[in-house]
Amino acid sequence: MSDITILGGGVAGLAMAAELSGRGAAVTVVDPAGPVGAHACSWWAGGMLAPECEGVLTEPEVVRQGRKAAEWWAGQGAEVVRNGTLVVALGRDQRELASFARRAEGVASLDRDGLKALEPHLAEHFDRALFIESEAHLDPRASLTGLQARLEGRGVRFVTEPSPSGQVIDCRGLAARDALPDLRGVKGEMLVVRCPDVTLSRPVRLLHPRFPLYIVPRPDHVFMLGATQIESGERGRASLRSVMELMNAAYALHPAFGEAELLEIGVDARPAFPDNQPRLRQGADRLYANGLFRHGFLLAPTLARMAADWLLDNRTPEVWFEDHCER
Amino acid sequence: MPVFYGREIASRLMLGTAQYPSPAVLAEAFRRSGAGIATVSVRREAGGDRAGQDFWELIRDLDVALLPNTAGCHSVREAVTTAQMARELFDTNWIKLEVIGHGDTLQPDPFGLVEAAQALTEDGFEVFPYCTEDLVLCSRLVEVGCQVLMPWGAPIGTGLGLNNLYGLRSLRAHFPDLPLVVDAGLGLPSQAAQAIELGYDAVLLNTAVAKAGDPAAMAEGFARAVEAGALAHGADPMEPRDMAAPSTPVLGMPFK
Repeated sequence: MSDITILGGGVAGLAMAAELSGRGAAVTVVDPAGPVGAHACSWWAGGMLAPECEGVLTEPEVVRQGRKAAEWWAGQGAEVVRNGTLVVALGRDQRELASFARRAEGVASLDRDGLKALEPHLAEHFDRALFIESEAHLDPRASLTGLQARLEGRGVRFVTEPSPSGQVIDCRGLAARDALPDLRGVKGEMLVVRCPDVTLSRPVRLLHPRFPLYIVPRPDHVFMLGATQIESGERGRASLRSVMELMNAAYALHPAFGEAELLEIGVDARPAFPDNQPRLRQGADRLYANGLFRHGFLLAPTLARMAADWLLDNRTPEVWFEDHCER
Repeated sequence: MPVFYGREIASRLMLGTAQYPSPAVLAEAFRRSGAGIATVSVRREAGGDRAGQDFWELIRDLDVALLPNTAGCHSVREAVTTAQMARELFDTNWIKLEVIGHGDTLQPDPFGLVEAAQALTEDGFEVFPYCTEDLVLCSRLVEVGCQVLMPWGAPIGTGLGLNNLYGLRSLRAHFPDLPLVVDAGLGLPSQAAQAIELGYDAVLLNTAVAKAGDPAAMAEGFARAVEAGALAHGADPMEPRDMAAPSTPVLGMPFK
């Protein structure tokens, strides 16, 4: 049986552990910070499994691979909600909807009645929306802790002290910058609020030329508002400007958010390569899996599957692979 | 080709570096456009300890002249501080000066602009002011030492093109020897061609390329348009006239 050590227990490391242990490998996950939590970038994620929406701003391969994510997470026991995504724009930005609809696939146009049938609260303020029915979302924190518990139950070891044995997969995110010079951080700030006056059943994206926003519903009228995208490796310090912009956009989406209770202000930096696409990079002593950018939950399953193909079956990954160590 | 503060630039196209889908797409847009100058934002949102360093390194790798800007600054003091930070970070005296006077339209604050331009010029900066096409404002900017003017075509990010042809033309006529750049508001290559046809030395844009479905193709489109505009301007265009004029007289109908 193959012996594999995974460095880093965020979304990349856990997905990797799930895939490899599921295929029979003996897996140890090393994370000096302990069980998955606030130290992982993915803890602050929105949890949208929205390949079509992401496709508007990214490469087709992200869309192709991302379409497999919802099924993968459901297969790992995560509670995946398949209610689609809604996209709206404020009055004078209506044209943004047209270009979004042209650039994404599987988009349906809704009038007020159509919107009302899906999200009555949103129909109070918008008379048009786009609907991408095939998309899904999950609760990132519940999914990560759930997956870790499931893996422990399956015999995956979780340790805080590194004692690498066998093959090593480095999933340390931005912490692996020491070895990956082309990796950079892209700062993101997010808010978690409770708003009993608003009910949403699916993520909503507000298109705006300067302050785009998405809102992801969590249980009990809790909402995640995200997320800024700033070219900076800073992992702390949410700025008043960013928080204000997020709040403003949420208020514009529905005035009831003005009365929401502010539960949390989160900030971290996403690890990204120059093309904002992830990589499996084979180094001399380890395989790096990194650069998930804003697509941790969307693309970690693909990276994990390809890494397992490579390490267990010697099958060369079909995308995002670099062999820096010809063997 | 345009000369800014004694430095000749090999292209009439200047591109911003914000809002691209990825740094790789940005680099490809620069490669295909041959743009000679990249503007780069040094807003303090990037954080202390040079946390934005990685992105700035990618911009340096583009191998074009860097023009740091004071984007997002709403006061003279903020703009001056940002400019000083930019000089230190990018080792250049060039600064694109933005002092925003209106949060929604991002219209320049003409009063703050003159004050900041004077302070920066006295401090040794070579200022590229983002201004309106107002002739009096532009004269003041020149008086305080600006050797290039960058009037808007339309508000930032609107893509509306050249909103005030008369004003832009008049500015060109009043400053025949000063480098003039249309900055902001361009959405299509034809609008960039129009600016160069008016005799402007260059155009500066960002959103039109960064937010296009295919930024690199759009960047190349702008590059070709700018070239077309320069050829047209240099070729001494015909004067438009109201009457249709057949280029070959029609025999037997001399007055038709």
